[in-house]
Parts: sequence; structure tokens; C-alpha cells
Amino acid sequence: MAEPWNEAAAETVIAPFTALEGPLLPMLHGLQGAFGCIPPEATAFLAEKLNLSRAEVHGVVSFYHDFRRTPAGRTVVKLCRAEACQAMGGDGLSQALLRRLGVDWNQTTPDGAITVAPVYCLGLCAAAPAALIGDKPAARLDAKTLIEKVEALR
Amino acid sequence: MTRVYTPADTLAVSLGADAVAQALEQSGFEVVRTGSRGMAWLEPLIEVDTPGGRVGYGPVAAADVASLAPVLAAGGPHKLCIGKIDAHPWMARQTRITFARCGVVDPLSVEDYLAHGGLRGLKRALEIGWEATIAEITQSGLRGRGGAGFPAGVKWKGAAEAKSARKYVVCNADEGDSGTFADRMIMEGDPMALIEGMAIAAFAIGASKGYIYSRSEYPLANATFEKALCAVRAAGGLGPHAFGTNHAFDIELRIGAGAYVCGEETALLESLEGKRGQVRAKPPLPVHEGLFGQPTVINNVLTLATAPWIMAHGADAYAKLGSGRSRGTIPLQLAGNVKFPGLYEAPFGLTLGEIVNDIGGGTATGRPVRAVQCGGPLGAYFPPALFDTPYDYEAFAARDGLIGHGGVVVFDDSVDMAAQARFAMEFCAIESCGKCTPCRIGAVRGQEVIDRIIAGEDGAIALLEDLCRTMKLGSLCALGGFTPYPVLSALRHFHEDFAQPRTRTKVAS
Repeated sequence: MAEPWNEAAAETVIAPFTALEGPLLPMLHGLQGAFGCIPPEATAFLAEKLNLSRAEVHGVVSFYHDFRRTPAGRTVVKLCRAEACQAMGGDGLSQALLRRLGVDWNQTTPDGAITVAPVYCLGLCAAAPAALIGDKPAARLDAKTLIEKVEALR
Repeated sequence: MTRVYTPADTLAVSLGADAVAQALEQSGFEVVRTGSRGMAWLEPLIEVDTPGGRVGYGPVAAADVASLAPVLAAGGPHKLCIGKIDAHPWMARQTRITFARCGVVDPLSVEDYLAHGGLRGLKRALEIGWEATIAEITQSGLRGRGGAGFPAGVKWKGAAEAKSARKYVVCNADEGDSGTFADRMIMEGDPMALIEGMAIAAFAIGASKGYIYSRSEYPLANATFEKALCAVRAAGGLGPHAFGTNHAFDIELRIGAGAYVCGEETALLESLEGKRGQVRAKPPLPVHEGLFGQPTVINNVLTLATAPWIMAHGADAYAKLGSGRSRGTIPLQLAGNVKFPGLYEAPFGLTLGEIVNDIGGGTATGRPVRAVQCGGPLGAYFPPALFDTPYDYEAFAARDGLIGHGGVVVFDDSVDMAAQARFAMEFCAIESCGKCTPCRIGAVRGQEVIDRIIAGEDGAIALLEDLCRTMKLGSLCALGGFTPYPVLSALRHFHEDFAQPRTRTKVAS
């Protein structure tokens, strides 16, 4: 899905955003969508394009939880760790999935299929506990259902 | 062909609404995707028109469609039938102003929006002019629903009077508080009300550009809102002659990147400018020097989405609702361990006990309610002993709490409040923007001190209280400044959870 870094492709990705005011975040989202992460080459590339220092671009990339320096697994499972999900057993659910996959937070399974990431609120607090599996929201989860949904991705 | 209203709201989709919609279409029904009514425990909740009003069925699974198919056309009986939606006790007791259309209309249809009273507020604002519009918003008593509760009219007036060729309206849709989802529901259920509200603000202050800053955690809501923007633009509502006027106005949707602190208004502006989401020192206020240094009105989704109703119905109609200095309605969001979770809009002034027990029905697990966190991760934990607190800004502040964005998260008696206090510090440490020391360092030290208390070092309690005072008074924004609310309220009201021997076993993560 995600391709290796290539400057020509990056030019195409950022082209729709060049006329925007403050275009750095839309460009970073675009590049991460295309390449699966923000590689070091992208930092230099954006610095050049936007007349910023590499440090400034790096500072932005490293500030936001969403931007990764290395690619994630094929599917990112975001598990909500915030209070409303805690109140409905979210901690136990997270631990059950992490144990099952043999990974810790922000780690990827050895087959490259799944990365488990924490998220602080998906706005599904009225049907807690909740998760975002790829781009599919899931709620009122229990450990069995969550593990089934995640295992189906491997 | 019978029309069946089926929510496309993220919560309903997370519970299988797409599969229900597909099954209904395959059974020959016309499916209209709507927002949600807010009765989360009944989602996916589908509705059909009957001569007496809409009749609802829920929670519906795709497998139920076969048995529903014969009765839907007439709104007939079925084990999932909840009767007429408007007569349902949960709906009938509400005062729906901001959420009047949510779950009712097709969020992407301009015609539907107009047929349900859309644009009446904007038309009146254009007729009476900007000064009278701002006076109307001020008189209504509308306060910022993002949490700070600052009077919206005062903010608008400041930006209107600021001299600049370029001004901005920014909508804060970075709804990061746990237990809140009202902004998301508006973006998915009545996005055009938000667009109209932003247009009213833009005309009032003389802005030609609007931004809405949403969250990457809301992919479906963002997609819906972008479609709504396109529909309004295609109908001439946005562009060089917005809504047929000589004002140019357009709105751009921007998506954050997972930083909670960007919900703080100045961090949000930094992020929109393409920078690290670090909080700015105030003054200057955003109304004088906001986005790209220009005068900027920045309001929450709910504040802006309520402006059209106020303009259409008049300030007095809104101001006559409410309690004390909290005028109008508050969209309450009941979440966590509660039997009837969802969105409930009511005038300010209900007591917390009425909200949790009468409306929410107590806990989902059936165990006793032990704590209620109001106002998101920076809000205080209330014990049942304080359930007589009226829900308004000042009454909550008087009890060392805050109503924030309207989130109410219920916990049963299995909760370990020392672990909750520790989590508040942990969350602050993870999300701190790093600009000010009390927040950046204080949150890390706070976790360590709570760990020492949990390990039995009673003397560390005084240290924690001292640290909280420093964070509260010394932090640049509400992240560091309000993290002491959950921590100190847990310590004060649930002291036994910090004492030895520890009887609660939940392990702090």
C-alpha cells in the first residue's frame, strides 16, 4: 500500500496544498498517507519547499502523535485509553489484546499486520469501550469481539 | 417506496449501521442516512415516517431487517419498536435547540436544511446588520461551549472592532475531552447549522475566511463535513458571493494530528499555521492577534451551531432558559458506565443527581455510582454526596469543578480513584505542549508522587497538594492549570483510596 520514498511522487502529493495558508500539516498528512510515515528525506524535502529549516519541520513532525518516523503495520488498531472507556473496562480490554498479539503499545506484530496504538478519545464514549480498527470504528467491545476483529486482519 | 432513516453517525456505524442500511436497501427500502438522535443505547436506531410522526426501532442488527420489513411501512409493532420518537421519555423531556435537527434531517441536503428552518438566522442577521447581530448574541447570554464559558458576543465585538483587512473565523472542533461527542454529532448530523453559524460570525466581524479544525480521530465526521461544505458551496452558500450577498466567505476543513493540547485555542491557531501546537501567552488575545496575526474569532462547534437558532428566534427566547449566569441550553453528554448514555440537551440548572440517576438511569453494570467526572480529563470527580450541585458554570466552579464541554462520565464502585488521579497526571504528561514548566515537569513529578502515596508514603500527600497548587497557578493554559482538578477532587472526596492498606486492586498503568 505505502510506497518507498520518491521525490516525484511527493511532489504530486503536496501539489494540491501549495496554495494553502499554513500548509505544513495537510502536506504531512498527505505524505504519511502515501509513504506510510514521514521519512528523513521528507523532512528535508518539505523544509526546502516551504523555506523552513529542517529543525522546524522536524519539530512539527515530532510534536504530533500521529506522525511516524517509521511505517506502521498494515492496520493500525487504535484503542481508547481515556476515562469513559476506562469506566467500562477499557484497560482490561487493551491488556487482553496486547497479550494476545505479544506486543506493547505502539509496537507492530512480527508479521507486520497490526500496530496497536493508544488513543485518547474517539468520541464513542456513549458506547464504550471503543476502538478504531484501520478507519473502521468499533464500540461496545469486549475482549472476545475485539480479538476476533483484529485476528481477522492477519 | 418506504423511506427509512438510518444513522450514518460514527457511533451508529461502530455498532453496525452500515450493514443495516445495506440490508434495508436490499429489501427494497429507500434509505436516508441521517445523524444520530443521541439515544446511544438504542443505536443503530432506524425511523420511519407515519402520519403521527416518526416511529423508531432499535437497536437494530442487519439480521433484524427480515422481520422488520413487513411492519416498517406502517410503523407497526415489533419487539424493537420504541414508539414515536418525539414521545419517547428521553426525547420528550429535552429542550432541543442546538440539536433540533440532528438525527432528523439528511445532513447533506440543502433542501432538507431549508425545509427545517435552516438559514432563517443568517437572513435575519443580514437584515439587522452586524452591530445588532452581535448585540443579539450578547443579549442571549450565549457562552463559549468549548469549556471556558466566555461570552460569545463579547468575543465577536472585539474582533468586529479590530481594524484589519483580513480577519478569520475559526471553529474549534478539536473535541479531545473523554466523554464528549457533541461536536462530532453536529458535524455528522447537522453540519449546515455549523456552516450557517460560521457565516453569521463571519458577517458580524467582517471575515472572509473560516477554518474548522477537527481531529484525525474523527475520520467519518470529517468526510461528512467535507461533503456538506461541497453541497453548500455548490448551492452558492460559500464563495465570492456567499449566500447571495456581496460578502465573500469560504470555509476550509483542517485536520489535527492527535495532539490533545490543540483544543486550547492558541495552540490550535499555531497548529493551523503549520507549527508545533504550543500554547501562546495571552495577551494578545486572538480577537486582536489570532490566526496569522490577524483578528480572529475562535469558537467551539456548539457555540457557532447555536448562533443560527438565536438569530432566528431572538435573544430573549434563548436567554429565558437556564440558571444563574448560564443561559440557554447545554448539550449534556452522558458516557462511561451509565445505563442510558447519549446526548441530552436541556436548559442549565438540572442537578448532577438528576442527570446521572434520572436521565442516565445509574450505572450500566447495575452497581452503585461512586464517582462522576464532569468536564473531561481536566474536570473534577464528584461523589454522590455532591449530586445536589446544579449544572451551571458558577455552581460547578463553587464546588471546585467545571462543566467544560458538557461531558459527564460515570464510574461504578469498582473504580480506584488513586489510579484515576495518577492517570490525570499521566495524561497531562503525555499531552503537555512543553512550553511552560509547571505543566511539562509538574505532570511527570505528579505521577511519581502519586506512586509514592500509593506505595504507602503518606507524607507525600502534602507534596502532591503543593505541586497541584503550583500547576494550577503557574501553568500557561488549562492543561497544566486544570489537571489538579481531577487529582485534588479524587484526593479530597475519595481519600480512602489513597490510604493504606489499599483495598482496591486496579493497577495503575
